[in-house]
Amino acid sequence: MTKNSSHASRIGQKSAKWIYGLTMFFLVLSGFGQMPLYKRYYIADIPGLKWVSDFYITHYLHYLAAIVFLGFISYKITDYLLAFRKTHLITLSGYIRGVWITGIVFSGACLVINNFTGKWFSDSFIIFLDLAHTGFVMLLFITAVYCKISKKKWIMARVG
Amino acid sequence: MSKGLSRRSFLRGSMAAGAAIAASTIPGVVSARDDSTQLATLLDISKCIGCEACVEACEEVNGHKYPNPQKPFPKMFPPRVPVADWTDKKDVTDRLTPYNWLYIQRAIVDVNGEETEINIPRRCMHCVNPPCVKLCPFGSAQQQDNGLSRIDPDICMGGAKCKLVCPWKIPERQTGVGMYLDVLPSLAGNGAFYKCDRCYERVAQGELPACIEVCPEDVQTIGPRDEILKEAHTLAKEMNGYIYGKEENGGTNTFYVSPVPFDKLNASVDIGPGMPHLKPVKDTMADANNIAAAMVIAPLAGVAAAAGKFYKLTRTEDVSKGGTQNDKK
Ligand code: SF4
Ligand code: SF4
Ligand code: SF4
Repeated sequence: MTKNSSHASRIGQKSAKWIYGLTMFFLVLSGFGQMPLYKRYYIADIPGLKWVSDFYITHYLHYLAAIVFLGFISYKITDYLLAFRKTHLITLSGYIRGVWITGIVFSGACLVINNFTGKWFSDSFIIFLDLAHTGFVMLLFITAVYCKISKKKWIMARVG
Repeated sequence: MSKGLSRRSFLRGSMAAGAAIAASTIPGVVSARDDSTQLATLLDISKCIGCEACVEACEEVNGHKYPNPQKPFPKMFPPRVPVADWTDKKDVTDRLTPYNWLYIQRAIVDVNGEETEINIPRRCMHCVNPPCVKLCPFGSAQQQDNGLSRIDPDICMGGAKCKLVCPWKIPERQTGVGMYLDVLPSLAGNGAFYKCDRCYERVAQGELPACIEVCPEDVQTIGPRDEILKEAHTLAKEMNGYIYGKEENGGTNTFYVSPVPFDKLNASVDIGPGMPHLKPVKDTMADANNIAAAMVIAPLAGVAAAAGKFYKLTRTEDVSKGGTQNDKK
């Protein structure tokens, strides 16, 4: 790798971290905004944050953040497969986080479909989707905190 | 069951259905093709005399589903969380409440130079794509294949999202009932929400909703949405009138037909809590649904960007190694 390309890759990694962090922040903010909590717990009273209690705004924002998130994870997966697969392994914590993200994406996609006109799923499956979507987010959150504290990476260099 | 509420069936066999369709000018007689046929109601409000027989019938038939709260209510945190208690006001019929799912809204308007009272039975519109159902975070509000939407009070947390996203603010809360009592009664939730469920049990048995059945003026007609919409257009043409509910919120399963424009009615009726407006309503679910397609495009863009980066990187490395022989094009 040339000096220039390694510099570019460092910038790439840094911006990827920022994109991931910001997208996650807005996904969680708008996601929890789907539950009627922000008004009750004064969050919407903070100057400039009144909009967080508008369900249509947070719903739209959740979609926007989900679009960026889907683009981002597809980029990262393809990047791994093309550029890092030969030299790096996915760690156990990477796989675990991957499973939770797959759950979030799958349940989220079903809920997006459900929001189109029509009766797409049974009532009990919709309840399951609502619970699963939040449940996977909580699991990802717990795993992410654990990984942050114990400095677990998504991938590691192959040995030998 | 009241005298007016017979067990007249409206879901007939195929032959009888044909006859019923043919006789669809007889108001109140309808046909339904099967359980998954989207049913709509037509309200000819020029006929409504405001007698409130429908309001009484609604209570008679649906009273067993009204809330039965436990008292005292659990103390809620923070203290500003509003208690909604209708138990001492069960008799209120001039607005929507958890104990009154239908009321008669009155307008005084000019019809052909004459001051006329127009009575408008108001209840849930049963939107075609109901935000109260689709955006409920717990799946407590549900839509049936036949187009009616209802809130299951046993699994409703009472957070009011259904009401806040409803363009007409139809659902009404009663504190002290519902699932929140078993979860975190002080910290989350606040009762359950109630609204017209279009008499779903009666409809499932092939009976008419009580308010339709009992009306002495045959104000309402129920049937397959496409047929009822056609009827609404014919009626509007006949009376040189107007339709409300066809376009509102992307389309509803309730069509009001009036000889007076709805903006005039809206200007005359009382509007406020439990008293819905008659304004035009944009499709509330459309904004987000319109960008949903980008969720399919985004992953493709992500793959293309990563592939592009990889291609560029390998090329740069080839060049830096002097390996340009493969890059003739
Ligand atoms: S029963 Fe019929 S006429 Fe009487 S208020 Fe209801 S819709 Fe109007
Ligand atoms: S009118 Fe309101 S409560 Fe009724 S289906 Fe539409 S959004 Fe839901
Ligand atoms: S359809 Fe049934 S629940 Fe709805 S207003 Fe009429 S009587 Fe009441």
